[in-house]
Amino acid sequence: MRWLRHHAVTIFGSLAVLYLLVPIAVIAIFSFNDPEGKFNYSWSGFTLDHWTGAFSIPSLNDALVTSLQLAALSTLIATILGTMIALALVRHDFFGRRLANFLIVVPLATPEVVIGAALLSLFVSYNAALGFTTLLIAHVMFSISFVVIVVRSRLIGFDRGLEEAARDLGASAATTFRTVTLPLIMPGVIGAALLAFALSIDDFVISNFNSGQTETFPLYIFGAAQRGIPVEVYTLATILFGVTVVAMLFVIWQQARAERMAAMLPDDEPYGTTPAIPSAPGATGG
Amino acid sequence: MNGESSNPRRRRLIPYALLGPGLIWLLVFFVIPMYFMGELALRSGTLETGFGFSWEFSNFSDALSRYDENFIRSFLYAGIATLIALLIAYPLAYMIAFRAGRWKNALLFVVVAPFFTTYLIRTIAWTTILSDDSFVVETIGSLGLLGGSDRLLATPTAVIAGITYNFLPFMVLPIYASLERIDTRLIEAAKDLYSSAAQAFWRVTLPLSAPGVVAGTLLTFIPAAGDYINVIFLGSSNQSMVGNAIQSLYLSLRDYPTAAALSFMLMAVILALVVIYIRFAGSEALMGDEEEVR
Repeated sequence: MRWLRHHAVTIFGSLAVLYLLVPIAVIAIFSFNDPEGKFNYSWSGFTLDHWTGAFSIPSLNDALVTSLQLAALSTLIATILGTMIALALVRHDFFGRRLANFLIVVPLATPEVVIGAALLSLFVSYNAALGFTTLLIAHVMFSISFVVIVVRSRLIGFDRGLEEAARDLGASAATTFRTVTLPLIMPGVIGAALLAFALSIDDFVISNFNSGQTETFPLYIFGAAQRGIPVEVYTLATILFGVTVVAMLFVIWQQARAERMAAMLPDDEPYGTTPAIPSAPGATGG
Repeated sequence: MNGESSNPRRRRLIPYALLGPGLIWLLVFFVIPMYFMGELALRSGTLETGFGFSWEFSNFSDALSRYDENFIRSFLYAGIATLIALLIAYPLAYMIAFRAGRWKNALLFVVVAPFFTTYLIRTIAWTTILSDDSFVVETIGSLGLLGGSDRLLATPTAVIAGITYNFLPFMVLPIYASLERIDTRLIEAAKDLYSSAAQAFWRVTLPLSAPGVVAGTLLTFIPAAGDYINVIFLGSSNQSMVGNAIQSLYLSLRDYPTAAALSFMLMAVILALVVIYIRFAGSEALMGDEEEVR
């Protein structure tokens, strides 16, 4: 009984972990299913057909390609714009800073259905043709805030002394940014880009409102759901999961490496082994 | 601050140059669309004749009286799902923060893993798990927990379960982040001063993790209240939420004024709730810590 009480948190937590993983396992398992009817809802037999023929449905491939193009383009734009905003917010004090912060947070506190509906209202009011362009506009819009938050958290721990050292050694502002700042914040930027990419490729709600006839991967699934989702969708979802996991591990590895590199730099300690006069004026100058 | 730029006026303009493009994007494609949605909500007419602007405030009352049940269901389901998510997420976050040891990163990875599969697909996976002849439903049914019926799909339970699952990571991550930041010496100090483990938890750990709980409940409740996917796949028209009404009014019925009025009200109610909640619980939870300029 005492054992149970002591380990209650661990037992409960493990159950929660199981709960999180079960649907993912179901998706992977059902990509090997050989359903009798059109609906891939109950298990009827093992087959590899839907892995060997993963790319055998042209309209599904088209949707996937559209999603990948959309995600790549919106990630590129959102990452650049978001990183610039993060640099401004962390490093500069300026009039309107609170307002800028507010403008970045509000989209995160807005339900997707409202963002989608508002954008559609804008496009309808101007009779804009819905399609890839409107999707791109929408995806960049909802990704920016996430990029800002991720890059900002990386910038907050940044040692500006490194940049000052580069400037003292005669590097121009542009060279300093390119050779010191950018490499050091790169893991944060890559992490943000990956998040933006994942958000874009997964987005259904906002795309649902602003896609017109253009079909992305989630929109294809939604359309197919009525007539029965092909098993290949499960296969592609499993592949996407695998690719994302590998990309995530890569970013984590990069970040760990960057931290190791940062840890090799001398921190507050003056360069000798024997401590100089504590807090000598100018010893920690910046 | 040495170097940067010798010209102080140019230096003052740097932040605006950095902010400009991104904030203009947000202004044009987030703030201004909100205005257009409000304007659309005040128009009248039909799809054939076109919608003209006419200060049609009755759109709001009409929409509310037609879809009041959807509104109630949205906030009810989202509220219950948020509460269940909190009950699941807190122990999980606690385990990851204090008990996981070297498994910490692996467990955090598991928490975000659902995000690596498509939202629609993982909701559809629940359709399989909760389908009538599935292992789960038969087990629950044989325990007599289904109340005479033999199905779980197309019930509020299924919809709430789906919403809880889909937004659970939003609850776990902020709670974990705030638990992680707690100085464990404070908890030890409480125990040194003869508090029991339970007392130390209720009076030290829980209050210190409150910002995470506030952020988590907001991040879970807001998307949950606007969701319409879970109803489509796990529910039926009897569970229709306000998101479902907005979606079909905009995209199938093309009754733009009513649809805009509904989304406007959803946004207004959520903003009001967020403001009240933040007044009550402190603002740093949502805005992030106002860090110093470096």
